[in-house]
Amino acid sequence: MQAIFAIAPLIIILPFAGVFINAFFGRRLMENPDSPAPGIVASVMAGGAFTVALLLFIGLLNDPAGAQVPLFTWMSIQISPERTFVIDWTLRVDTLSSIMMLVVTGVGTLIHIYAIGYMQFDVEENVHKRHLHGAEADEFKRRYFSRFFTFLNLFLGSMLILVTGNTFLTLFVGWELVGLCSFLLIGFWNDDPEKGVANAKAANKAFIVNRVGDFGMLMAIFLLFWSFGSLQFDEVFSRGECMIEGSQADCITLSPEELDWNPAATSEEEEARSGAIGVLASLAPAEEGPGELNTLIFLGAVGFPMGAVVTAITLLMLLGATGKSAQIPLFVWLPDAMAGPTPVSALIHAATMVTAGIYMITRSNVLFHMAPFSETVVAVVGGLTALVAATIAVAQFDIKKVLAYSTISQLGFMIAAVGLGGYVAGIFHLATHAFFKALLFLGSGSVIQGMERGILAGEAGHGDEHGSAHDDEHHAEHDDHHDDHHAHPDPQDMRNMGGLLQRMPTTGWTYIIGSLALAGIVPLAGFWSKDEILLDANNESLLVYILLSVASFLTAFYMTRQVSLVFFGQPRTDAADQATESPGVVTIPLIILGALSVFGGLMNLPFEGFHQLGHWLEYSVTYAHIPKFNLTVAVISTVVALAAIGLGWLVYGRSPSQSSEDQDPLASTGPLFGFLEAKWYWDELYEAVLIRPFTRLSDFFANTLDWNVFHDWFHDTLLSGFFVGGSQIMSKPIDQGVVDGTVNGLANLVSGSSRGLRRIQTGFVRNYALVVALGVVVIVIFLVARFVL
Amino acid sequence: MDIPTLESLNLLAVLPAIILAAYTGLLLVVDLFIPNENKQRTALLAILGLGATGVALGVQINQYSAIGDQMAFGGLVIVDGYALFLQGIFLLSAILGILMAMNYLPRRGIERGEYYSLILFTTVGSMFMALANDLMVVFVALELLSIPLYVLSAFIRDDPGSEEAGMKYFLLGAFSSAFFVYGVALIYGGTGTTSLDGVAAVLAGEALNLPLALVGMGLLLVGLGFKVAAFPFHMWTPDVYQGAPTAATGFMSVGAKVAGFAALIRVLVTAFPGAAQAWGLLVIAIAILTMILGNVTAISQSNAKRMLAYSSIAHAGYILVALSAAQFPELAQEASSAALFYMLTYTITNLGAFAVVMAIEKDDGSGVEIEDFAGLAKSRPAVALMMLIFMLSLTGLPVSAGMVGKFFVFGVAINAASQSVWLAIVAIVGVLTSVVSAFYYMRIVYMMYMRDGDEEAEYPAIKPALGTALAVTGIGTLVLGFLPTLLFDAAQRALIAGL
Repeated sequence: MQAIFAIAPLIIILPFAGVFINAFFGRRLMENPDSPAPGIVASVMAGGAFTVALLLFIGLLNDPAGAQVPLFTWMSIQISPERTFVIDWTLRVDTLSSIMMLVVTGVGTLIHIYAIGYMQFDVEENVHKRHLHGAEADEFKRRYFSRFFTFLNLFLGSMLILVTGNTFLTLFVGWELVGLCSFLLIGFWNDDPEKGVANAKAANKAFIVNRVGDFGMLMAIFLLFWSFGSLQFDEVFSRGECMIEGSQADCITLSPEELDWNPAATSEEEEARSGAIGVLASLAPAEEGPGELNTLIFLGAVGFPMGAVVTAITLLMLLGATGKSAQIPLFVWLPDAMAGPTPVSALIHAATMVTAGIYMITRSNVLFHMAPFSETVVAVVGGLTALVAATIAVAQFDIKKVLAYSTISQLGFMIAAVGLGGYVAGIFHLATHAFFKALLFLGSGSVIQGMERGILAGEAGHGDEHGSAHDDEHHAEHDDHHDDHHAHPDPQDMRNMGGLLQRMPTTGWTYIIGSLALAGIVPLAGFWSKDEILLDANNESLLVYILLSVASFLTAFYMTRQVSLVFFGQPRTDAADQATESPGVVTIPLIILGALSVFGGLMNLPFEGFHQLGHWLEYSVTYAHIPKFNLTVAVISTVVALAAIGLGWLVYGRSPSQSSEDQDPLASTGPLFGFLEAKWYWDELYEAVLIRPFTRLSDFFANTLDWNVFHDWFHDTLLSGFFVGGSQIMSKPIDQGVVDGTVNGLANLVSGSSRGLRRIQTGFVRNYALVVALGVVVIVIFLVARFVL
Repeated sequence: MDIPTLESLNLLAVLPAIILAAYTGLLLVVDLFIPNENKQRTALLAILGLGATGVALGVQINQYSAIGDQMAFGGLVIVDGYALFLQGIFLLSAILGILMAMNYLPRRGIERGEYYSLILFTTVGSMFMALANDLMVVFVALELLSIPLYVLSAFIRDDPGSEEAGMKYFLLGAFSSAFFVYGVALIYGGTGTTSLDGVAAVLAGEALNLPLALVGMGLLLVGLGFKVAAFPFHMWTPDVYQGAPTAATGFMSVGAKVAGFAALIRVLVTAFPGAAQAWGLLVIAIAILTMILGNVTAISQSNAKRMLAYSSIAHAGYILVALSAAQFPELAQEASSAALFYMLTYTITNLGAFAVVMAIEKDDGSGVEIEDFAGLAKSRPAVALMMLIFMLSLTGLPVSAGMVGKFFVFGVAINAASQSVWLAIVAIVGVLTSVVSAFYYMRIVYMMYMRDGDEEAEYPAIKPALGTALAVTGIGTLVLGFLPTLLFDAAQRALIAGL
């Protein structure tokens, strides 16, 4: 192990140090309420983590085998006299995790910097919305600005825990923590006077939908432990590899000594030793040699063949991935998650967290290789998601919603890739997508804030110089129109934009670069990575190839539509007309990300002698393979993209709509467009099939069972009646009556005096002493009668 | 009788107790020179002394694994793991007791330096209860433990309630001590010795007069049962707990009880293994009745101190459950470990609960009705949260120290159930009465969190000393709940010599 790997823990410690500083001292750092100090602290920590990731990367260049850096023993449970179940907290530095670390910290750092500018404006805007003034406003700024960066750093640290984990359990810790951060950040403005409830609901939706996926993850982890006897990556995967390639008898997950504690063993003594973990399964070796995975895994008394168990594990993992990576059927949370501030959408819901599923599947490539059926399911789910989400993106008007569905669609590409065994292609696309989708989201944030500045400027203009800004009659008309119906045009609705390229040139041009990269135009980053996925699909499955090709056509189309609506034509509202470019802290990250979107493809050019990423990943992804470059596929995908862009330009760019009230040109297709705009009615379907019955059931449980039956009848009537009654019986008839009576009766006997019944807790010392004496008498009589006589 | 030599005295082995005894004597004198308005200094000095004792004890514990058990005073006193663990509990409860009193006494206008010295004296007595290897030492330690407590109970001299409490406690204490001495006398008559191992040796052979020894043992049970407030020797408890100053109540609800058990467990386990069948049944019967009476009567109490008094009776019952499993020699060690751990959790939690009562008690001693907890979560959220933790722990709900303690106590009883059905019964009664106990503990939680209190109510300020006590007990309760192995391992190693 190279010495440099010893710094690995810093990559987690730094973001958490940022969390600590901002959580406890963040507000104090903001003596001046407009100070960006918490953002700077968080960005420095993110930058530090990026530096660490770079150093680890350099270390890996020299020693690609990587290292496992032990931190501490998390749990150590003695499950039988011979066997201790140990989970160490070890940081895994290998080529796969290093790519993830670079993407997470690199994009993360840029987004942190961007967020400084973005959130200062956002917080200011929220102060304005809440009509806060003076000290209240200052306190509000301090609280929310520092809180935001606390969460952002917490997310970064959690994501790094996820990717550096060396066991499925540590991966799961990161998995849950990023889910928590996502929840906290989606609902960041949960006290917004207008949209607060909606934001909170979006956060809940994300969290709850992800619970379904997490259930899959948990079950997969349980089954893994059951069948492989370990959760450590290397142990699980080497056993899996061994089973694929070697003789199964050699790969028994537990040595014969370890098998001692298995309940299937019949001897009573062993059963006694198996103790509480007796339900853990054992393996009974079946046949020698490679071939069918028919080694039996015992779950309780029933044995399942290894192949079936691994298929179950991988399908459950896929369920987890559909939650976190927003695939069919669990993708519904991601569009709503756009309620969070835009840097959050960029960092968590486009570039990093949502790729956790792809990372997890890539990491577990050995398991998926053992289960061909699961691989097929993964590929089909990915392909379908790519297509369905792309169709929805075509008909959205909210600038961020389009990007959200685009993200789902692109995640579908990645999932399809890893399902087809194209792990290199999947990770490659993951990285390039992180660049250009972060760019697009940040660009959309810049656009939205440009629009908001336009709205503010419009308001100011109304006060001071009424109407002077609207020399154009057409615009004046529009202004009236909006003043009548809704005072503020929605700054996220693309129908209200138009012509922003002249007003926000940096944002506009970088946005166009990002769109071209996403559309897959040579030689931008997206082209190379998407081409590699299509190449894999072409080699493996015609169905998936067709799904993805149609999806990439739609991708180019909806991006052309978006760019045309937002940046070209004439401004359709006052706000768009008066929009202004964002400050440098916002635009510089855009430029850097733009450069990455242009040159990102260089990391894995599909020609002999290149394929750096592919060779790089071969060290950590056992079943990585590098497809051969196929000119036909590349030409087809380019032609498809260009055709889509051309079509998009014909529909939207050539004669841009003049008014925000105009119908979308595609709306003439009738119900189809409505169907797509309504997102295939997925939410309505879930509402009808799952949520409403569930609400009714919980309503029944809460109101009828719990309140009426349990609370009113069982608890209030039966139980408390019983207790109160019992207590009264104990204290009155029994304590005061029986005990008291007996005591005094006997006491009279003993002392020879009769003074009638008295209450026992009289407060009189003499009575107490009598009870003691009585106790003595009973004890002595008992001892003498039982043991002496 | 051997002539004592320096070697057989082995003073070094009881150094912590000697340091504390000497220091307490010194503190009494020093206190004379501390002006009345500065008595907090006496308290700090007392804590200093306890700290020094703690250091000496720590050194001993550290060396224990190397040196092993030691005798002192020619075998009258034994220093084993059991004694070391218990001395730790006593020092902890004394420090917490003083911290709580530092805040409480000045408010009630009864701060006098003797209070702190008396706590130290009674702590010395407790330590010797744990160390004693001879019935006579037990008796002397018992008196040294008890007499300061009588005074502490009556410490509010101008309050008739407090005077009454002290007087009652004294009279009944003397009464039960008399039984204890009588028991010692009978045992001496029956076996010809008062040494614990001696008694065991004689009983194992041909006892001189078995009935005398047996009856003597029964009387010891009475004397110590009084100290731990077990049925039917519990009657003093509610009156004394209610009347005594709350700081003293809190302290004696743990200190005296744990000391009583310290001697009770050692005497029964080391001196009377031969009569285990006899005391086993008695302890089971007492445990069952104590748990039922304590828990059921606590329900109808309206005064928090009185409620906690009955609750402390109930907890004595739970510890007796562990003791009842100790009648089987192979389980005796496990049972005593469970009891030790339970006493530790009880000490921390119960002191914490009394600290909360002190935190809301008014300067005239009123304001400790259960109704007075209403709305505490709003007016004093931190204190209410603490009380919530303590109530959960006393009920035995996870994740709290009390749950772990109960788990081990009932666990050992269930382990022993294969030997005698009575142990299954006592365990079942224990679990059921724990459920009953939720009724009155949760009522306080209900008051704090669900009911609106008097908006105008003013609570006394919490000074650093009480705050420290609250923090230590609160965090301790949680830590023992989350990481019980930390100290349960220690309790498991705290072996009783000779087992």
